[in-house]
Amino acid sequence: MILIWLILIPLMGGLLAWLFSRGNDRLPRWISLIALIIDFILVLLLWMQYPERAGLTNRSWLVDINLEWIPRLGISFHLALDGLSLLLVMLTSFLGIMSVAASWTEIKERVGFFHFNLMWSLAGITGVFLSLDLFLFYFFWELMLVPMYFLIALWGHENRISAAVKFFLFTQLSGLLMLAAILGLYFVHARGTGIYTFDYTQLLGTTMGSTEGMLLMLGFLIAFVVKLPAVPFHTWLPDAHTEAPTAGSIILAGLLLKTGAYGLLRFAVPLFPHAALDFTPVAMALAVIGILYGAVLAFGQTDLKRLVAYTSVSHMGFVLLGIFAWNELALQGAVIQIICHGISTGALFIIVGALQERIHTRDMERMGGLWTSAPRMGGVGLLFGLASLGLPGLGNFVGEFLVLIGAYTVSIPMTAIAATGLVFATVYSLWMIQRTFFGPREVYLKVPDLNMREMTVMAFMVAVIVWIGLYPQPVINTAKGALNALQKNAGAMTSFGKISYPVSTGADRDTK
Amino acid sequence: MISQIPFEHGLLLAGALFVLGLIGVMVRRNIIFILLSIEVMLNAAGLAFVVAGSRWSQPDGQVMFIFILTMAAAEVSVGLALVIRLYHVFKTLDADCAGKMRG
Amino acid sequence: MFSKHWMLIAPARCGAEMMELLWLIPAFPLAGFLALAVTGARMPKRLAAIIGTGSVGASAVVALFIGMHFISSPPQGHLSSQTLWTWIEIGEFRPSITFYLDPLSLVMTFVVTFVGFLIHLYSTEFMAEEEGYSRFFAYMNLFVCSMLILVLADNLLLLYLGWEGVGLCSYLLIGFWYKDHANGRAAMKAFIVTRVGDTSMAIGFILLYFNLGTLNIQEIMQRASQAWPVGSTFAVAAAALLLGGALGKSAQLPLQTWLPDAMAGPTPVSALIHAATMVTAGVYLIARTNVLFTLAPVVQEAVAVIGALTLLIAGFSALTQHDIKRVLAYSTISQIGYMFLALGVGAWSAALFHFMTHAFFKALLFLGAGAVILALDYEHNMFRMGGLRKELPLTFWTFLIGSASLSALPLVTAGFYSKDLILWYSLSSEDGSPWFWAAGMAGALLTSIYTFRMVFLIFFGAAKGRVSRKPGMTMKFPLLILAVLSIIGGFVELPRIPIFSEFVKTALPSAKTLHEGLLGEGMQQVIASGVSLIGVSIAYLLFLRAPLNVERFTSHPAGKALHRFWFSGWGFDWLYNKVFVGPFIWIARTNKDDFIDLIYGGMAWYGRFFHVALSLTQSGKVRWYAMGITIGAVITIGITVFL
Repeated sequence: MILIWLILIPLMGGLLAWLFSRGNDRLPRWISLIALIIDFILVLLLWMQYPERAGLTNRSWLVDINLEWIPRLGISFHLALDGLSLLLVMLTSFLGIMSVAASWTEIKERVGFFHFNLMWSLAGITGVFLSLDLFLFYFFWELMLVPMYFLIALWGHENRISAAVKFFLFTQLSGLLMLAAILGLYFVHARGTGIYTFDYTQLLGTTMGSTEGMLLMLGFLIAFVVKLPAVPFHTWLPDAHTEAPTAGSIILAGLLLKTGAYGLLRFAVPLFPHAALDFTPVAMALAVIGILYGAVLAFGQTDLKRLVAYTSVSHMGFVLLGIFAWNELALQGAVIQIICHGISTGALFIIVGALQERIHTRDMERMGGLWTSAPRMGGVGLLFGLASLGLPGLGNFVGEFLVLIGAYTVSIPMTAIAATGLVFATVYSLWMIQRTFFGPREVYLKVPDLNMREMTVMAFMVAVIVWIGLYPQPVINTAKGALNALQKNAGAMTSFGKISYPVSTGADRDTK
Repeated sequence: MISQIPFEHGLLLAGALFVLGLIGVMVRRNIIFILLSIEVMLNAAGLAFVVAGSRWSQPDGQVMFIFILTMAAAEVSVGLALVIRLYHVFKTLDADCAGKMRG
Repeated sequence: MFSKHWMLIAPARCGAEMMELLWLIPAFPLAGFLALAVTGARMPKRLAAIIGTGSVGASAVVALFIGMHFISSPPQGHLSSQTLWTWIEIGEFRPSITFYLDPLSLVMTFVVTFVGFLIHLYSTEFMAEEEGYSRFFAYMNLFVCSMLILVLADNLLLLYLGWEGVGLCSYLLIGFWYKDHANGRAAMKAFIVTRVGDTSMAIGFILLYFNLGTLNIQEIMQRASQAWPVGSTFAVAAAALLLGGALGKSAQLPLQTWLPDAMAGPTPVSALIHAATMVTAGVYLIARTNVLFTLAPVVQEAVAVIGALTLLIAGFSALTQHDIKRVLAYSTISQIGYMFLALGVGAWSAALFHFMTHAFFKALLFLGAGAVILALDYEHNMFRMGGLRKELPLTFWTFLIGSASLSALPLVTAGFYSKDLILWYSLSSEDGSPWFWAAGMAGALLTSIYTFRMVFLIFFGAAKGRVSRKPGMTMKFPLLILAVLSIIGGFVELPRIPIFSEFVKTALPSAKTLHEGLLGEGMQQVIASGVSLIGVSIAYLLFLRAPLNVERFTSHPAGKALHRFWFSGWGFDWLYNKVFVGPFIWIARTNKDDFIDLIYGGMAWYGRFFHVALSLTQSGKVRWYAMGITIGAVITIGITVFL
């Protein structure tokens, strides 16, 4: 039942926020905040309740709820939670709280409807992370999309309409491909077994021809890779992120991209292990290209928000690399990278949003020397800039390093090239900090520093990123059972990505 | 018995009438004339049905003509009502002026 | 409050429990950093100074206690370690936050905490009038903490944490005066160039982990020597990748270009980070992983060659600089070149010894330079100084001692003993060669020339600037202590009384000498002494007695070109700008709007084009539509009839 509540609370919170918005801007904010905090506490309780957190047991599903929905077509209301979903749902409600708090003063028009969209989008994302029925999954996939469109189109910046349309077209078209692939899988499974079902657990291990499998896998993969995004499907991202309001950017970068990664982990690889194995070299190449290309693009930008947006392309390249390396280290790395990227990029978007609220521009050419008047903002911006360049001690480093170690077992050249991404990340991160906070003080004489509310938000995010950087074990333990189960489901990939320590073979190879 | 009018002649006449009506629809701007031309086209079609019916000695052609007649009447009544409304709004009977909806 | 803290703990415990306090050494500066960073500018300057200096002082005291205990009753196997918590645990991958103490890290810890403390003390006065006083101490404390983590780390991942941490602090402190773009640029350059090396090092770590199944340094050394024969591909690759990191951090060829620019930071920063401690991290890394380098003779040879080349190239560049700090920067590069040369010929303890004496005298020189710079209102150009001997007597004498030590003036200076050891091993060691020795000798000559050029230009001759500020007690005290150390620091390792190498021999294997007969050690010392004295005389002749000769040389076209070439650091910056920086910026700027987006943009354009074209047909004219229907009907009928 708790899983249904996790989705229902934001849905109801959103409705209430809309209903009570008449002539009152504060009520919707408080309603959303409280709803999300309740949601977060529920997940936290859920987390505390299970010993997986401490690495004591190693189950796959922690909670599982399966209700009939449209039994004639084999559609059920099947929600389930494992360690992976738990982490992502936790991230969802955490970033939800942060985004409501961050847009407290930014949104002044149609506050109720704004929060309605925000909450429904969050509910859709939670649903995506929880559903195990492909039909239900698709339903939530669409549910998160539409409110997001409105968030961008109604409360965005200058070019919001075209950005929103671009975002919608990219995700919708790829989503339709996925729908086609879902139906394809549905019929292929029925052809083999005579059972018509959309249930994930039953669809696992469907036998199919190799071309068939590849086509179906590509259907899923493209949907997820567009969301992720990987080169060459990344061009919606900078527009959408740049034009969205702060809360929208946080949710886009912090959560929506993660649904792509989650989809790859949960569906694309385990459902089609053979096709995924065949596709691995291409996927890894795309990942590496994304890492470098995103970094180069980020460096070229003059719009601060666009720069941050492009860094996502680069960082999500590591996630893609980790997922397709498909061994325990790489997968753990990908999960940590997913979480830490959500936090660090979210925080950077909050800072950009706060800056824009104060100086009404995102153009870095017109910034500089902000440290003098806003040292707190500078300090926090510096910290998250460093997180994004992969400084050890902060969470992103753990993720990237684990991904690199894991990927090394699969392809040494890819790993080496991906590692150079760290240099490029340094270049754009330092450039960003230099242009905004350092240098001579430019036009703006007095910029108010971060206030109590913003500092509280930042304090939470800093705490999480440092915590994961220095002691990621709770996260690793939580994800462990789920990742092992995924690896077991995708038998073909597992044999491929298995780690071995050729301590003795190293010498053997040499002496030959 | 009246000498048989050749089948082809009847069809030619119907074709000629239809083309005349079509040209009328295309070149006339006055909306009443357009309606008239449509009537001519409808009747041309009716004529073709009748001729065809007589060619194969079947009553279906004439049945169809009756249908067409009723439909034409209905069309004219609706059409004329629209013409009156149009005249009210635009103070003219020029069909080109009623292009605001780009429909 | 931190300075008192240790008193509650330290004397109360003794015995093996002493080692339990190891974690306090980095913890004090970390606590100092956190306190300063959280309160920010609200903290009064005085309190910031007390916290900043006190925290480093406290960890120096803890280090002293632990060190005394370590020497008086050495723990089992001359090492001890303390695990705080497991950092990451995934299957076999289990790096932990563990501190590891052996003679090598103990020496490093001593130098870092004591020199660090003196420099902090000096900074309380030097930085007194700066904005961002507490920010300065916060960064400095974070630096000391990271450096201590680096030297105490028991596994490579933790070492990497410290390694990147010191890089970060170096970046922050070079750009401390952030309002000037040039400082920011220098800071970015330092971070990015070292990061290139760091990335290579990270790949090296991954390679080591993958092939040896651990990141623990001691286990790696053990397993590597079992699994890999000498010269095996893996050992060579691993050593080469680690070397990349060391080259970046220690500013050796070809990644040396960042260090001269790093002088943009405040002078105490240059003393602490860019002379005494951080830049020698590469030396530490190679010494720490010496087994790997022994397994890869090719790479070890490369270390020696790079060291020899770097010390010469930097020596020539130092000869031409105007800026006092840039002279010292090139000199640092050159001296680290000596350490690399020592490492390359397998004289591990000699490298560490030179690291220690260099930390003393180079910190002293930088702090002395800082006093001069402050006295002359931030004047960096040596040609606008002169005659300061009378005005700043203490600074002069301590600076002179530092210079003597740097130039390795015989017998009385610490630098003499350490450099002499390196020169001796570069000739006599198994991997040594006369070429290395000759390069070292040439470098020694250059060193004493540029060092005394500096001394003569600043302190002798006619006074050119007005002294506006004289150093106070808190600046004089560190100078004095360091001057003393620059003299007596060398006596811990006298020929035939090798206390120092005895002490570190459990951590660092001793060098193997071979060509004993070629040139006796005594003879080699005599030559080295002669060379440094000749250098001083040349400097005297050229820069004090007859400066015209130099001017005549540099005004000649060929001389001018050579001067410019050396002055610009052998054109490396120019080359890198042309090959890497320029093209990268060009690509990034040109592709700012992302050419891939053009594909989607093109699709959107075609969509819009057809939209416009088709909406033109929707004119709202009934007759037009009738025409359309007719034409369509005619075409359809035509097709069905004729085809």
